[in-house]
Amino acid sequence: MEMPIPDASVLSRKAQIVARLQAVLPETTIISDEMETRAYECDALTAYKCPPLAVVLPATTQEVAATLKVCHELGVPVVPRGSGTSLAGGALPTADCVMIGVARMNDVLETDYDNRFIRVQTGRTNLSVTGAVEEDGFFYAPDPSSQLACAIAGNIAMNSGGAHCLKYGVTTNNLMGVTLVQMDGTIMEIGGKHLDAAGYDLLGLICGSEGQLGIVTEATLRILPKPEGARPVLMGFDSNEVAGACVADIIKAGVLPVAIEFMDRPCIEATEAFAKAGYPMCEALLIVEVEGSDAEIDEQLALILEIARRHNPVELREAKDADEAGRIWLGRKSAFGAMGQINDYMCLDGTIPVSELPYVLRRIGEMSKEYGLDVANVFHAGDGNMHPLILFDANKEGDLELCEAFGADILRLCVEVGGCLTGEHGVGIEKRDLMTDQFAPADLEAQMAVKDVFDPAWLLNPAKVFPLAVSESRRSVALAAE
Amino acid sequence: MRPETEADLAEAIAAAKGPLSIQGGGTRGVRLDGDVVQTGGMHGITLYEPGSLTMVVRAGTPLSEVETALAAEGQRLAFEPMDHRGLMGTSGAPTIGGVVAANVSGPRRVSVGACRDFMLGVRFVDGAGTVVKNGGRVMKNVTGYDLVKLMTGSWGTLGVLTEVSLKVLPKPETAACVLIDNLSTPAAIDAMAKALSSPFEVSGAAHIPVGMDDAPVTMLRLEGFAGSVAYRAKEVAALFKDCAVRIEDNAEAVSKGWAWVRDVVPFYDAEGDVWKLSCTPSDAAALADQAGAQEVIFDWGGGLIWMRVGTGTDLRKRLGAFDGHATLVRGTGQPKFQPEPAALAVLSAGLRNKFDPKGILNAGLMG
Repeated sequence: MEMPIPDASVLSRKAQIVARLQAVLPETTIISDEMETRAYECDALTAYKCPPLAVVLPATTQEVAATLKVCHELGVPVVPRGSGTSLAGGALPTADCVMIGVARMNDVLETDYDNRFIRVQTGRTNLSVTGAVEEDGFFYAPDPSSQLACAIAGNIAMNSGGAHCLKYGVTTNNLMGVTLVQMDGTIMEIGGKHLDAAGYDLLGLICGSEGQLGIVTEATLRILPKPEGARPVLMGFDSNEVAGACVADIIKAGVLPVAIEFMDRPCIEATEAFAKAGYPMCEALLIVEVEGSDAEIDEQLALILEIARRHNPVELREAKDADEAGRIWLGRKSAFGAMGQINDYMCLDGTIPVSELPYVLRRIGEMSKEYGLDVANVFHAGDGNMHPLILFDANKEGDLELCEAFGADILRLCVEVGGCLTGEHGVGIEKRDLMTDQFAPADLEAQMAVKDVFDPAWLLNPAKVFPLAVSESRRSVALAAE
Repeated sequence: MRPETEADLAEAIAAAKGPLSIQGGGTRGVRLDGDVVQTGGMHGITLYEPGSLTMVVRAGTPLSEVETALAAEGQRLAFEPMDHRGLMGTSGAPTIGGVVAANVSGPRRVSVGACRDFMLGVRFVDGAGTVVKNGGRVMKNVTGYDLVKLMTGSWGTLGVLTEVSLKVLPKPETAACVLIDNLSTPAAIDAMAKALSSPFEVSGAAHIPVGMDDAPVTMLRLEGFAGSVAYRAKEVAALFKDCAVRIEDNAEAVSKGWAWVRDVVPFYDAEGDVWKLSCTPSDAAALADQAGAQEVIFDWGGGLIWMRVGTGTDLRKRLGAFDGHATLVRGTGQPKFQPEPAALAVLSAGLRNKFDPKGILNAGLMG
């Protein structure tokens, strides 16, 4: 992936920029030593690395505002960072940027069970939001796989999802309010402790804007009462088509499982070798989980199993207790780790209409042969969010580029069948140059017009989301204005 | 004008020199200066995949047509949009585009989300006459900025919707309602919080201080498969065993009762302005007192308050600052929408200027 040439005038002013930051921030919040900034050179898309000019780790909203104000005045690009777990390069720095990391801002500010919300600083990790309320019987619903490490700030920036969004929605459906700091240092409150913010849905606009419209320092999140219980079933089928048809039939029958996960044969084989969860060797495997009291679960599962039987499953496995439920989830949860044992891999995130599942899986299989790279599929089938994992060897000359080309072809296929490039990871740098495959120039222009309003100088995370050629005139105007 | 296609609409807007008043079914009582643009010509369901829980429909399609098509497959719009006709004294047929433009959500908003939470994609024509698409027809999509949310609830001021794509949900097998009689408003707000904090998936929580029988009634709705609904209704009722609690398990009666709340039926023929407050539920009782309203209905567990007040009342002045906002739904004496704080108003005006540079779309609405 290409990144813009760093602004020489910013690089040459490093000492001045750091001095200006030191004048408004506590000494310990600024990292400018080249050895130390290296710790921030990449996120979870580790193929791309570049240490930032400096890193600021503020402790308060005011410190974020002070940092942005200085950068705005001096015309320095800013790249925000949550926990750095982006798979799309959302937090990849440029050499001429000040990186603002919110990791130190991880307090719970308010917990209110009567009104069912929690207000946190956005450096708090996703799982520790649930951790703060679970003893009282509540949870925070979005659950991205990285939830142990990922920060709410990044969840909001990328509008993160997870395995359970078929029922509970993604971040944007669970966000009630934010404190947003604009690039010029203006602090504003959007939404609050009520449903549906007034005026235009700026909350909806900010969620998923990949840190390009402002930095969210505090968030009011909807919390939900924990269900009485949950139980998965595992089903094996001898073709992807049949598994896909079974998913559609379950949904049509009026059951709304909390999760429907899908794994194909390469993925089953890899996870079985790695985690030994006792999965059946078959072409396609579904894990369907439902929630409620024991009797309610029995009622839903009876219906689901009846539908599954109509599709001649090679395996139907119910969990009789927590241990068996754990074993059903074990393989799915170790899928990424298992693939990592085999080789380097790239994880895609395209979404397709559920009805196109069999066709898309068949095409991916054909392309895999053409490219000579193995691919395993594991994904959220209920909502069509695919995660093909392409295996490659980072140490082999040209393999990364080949893998990227294969990935791009898969994502184009997703768009072609009526889907999209990314369901929950975000565009970042990874899918930036494919945006023109999904959007017409007028569609991109409308999106960039929003950034023009929030960040007229295009200083916030400017090299992401939009193809560099498409955003160039805006970024260069900003540069010339210095 | 009544364009038949998106291309015709784009051409008309590009050529427009003066203000345009955008109209779906015209049931929400919004009529602004300028030529009326009727969306009814852009009509029809373009895609419906029950197995993918997805419907794509042109904006001018009547809501009833959408609901009929969904019902035939045992599905529905889960956000339960209200019908404004009785309250506003209007006629005509509400369109799906109008529902989306006004982000109209009913009692189920408290549990499953608002109209905006079920919006997957839009096509619209902006104020310069440019056709723009955003989102798509899949349930998870973070590709680029979410203009779908921005357009939902923007009341036609940023563009005229031509097509919307929606997530739909299965219609539950049955429904029941736990009814608690004679609670004071503060006690009712507490009761609703308790029910909504239980694991029993309450899908509606409303309190009517003067109910159908002239006495206060608190309504808690359960939906799902028959066995599950019966179980949960019993469990929820047990939470309030010290109160006058009963269970209505006739699904038809339950549906009627909630349509009555959703469409604010008690206010139909009563004089005065009608306001809608979005607030923190635990503030609801005090806000209702402060408003000195002639009649109130609490929905969304207290997060939504319908108020009927004397014609021309400046309700916002009476309420002062609170966490939330007030919308004037019926009446003319006050701005329809809550004025925004300065920093937000700057952003809103900036967005409007970008999407409608000529300032012709529903001019005068939304700030």
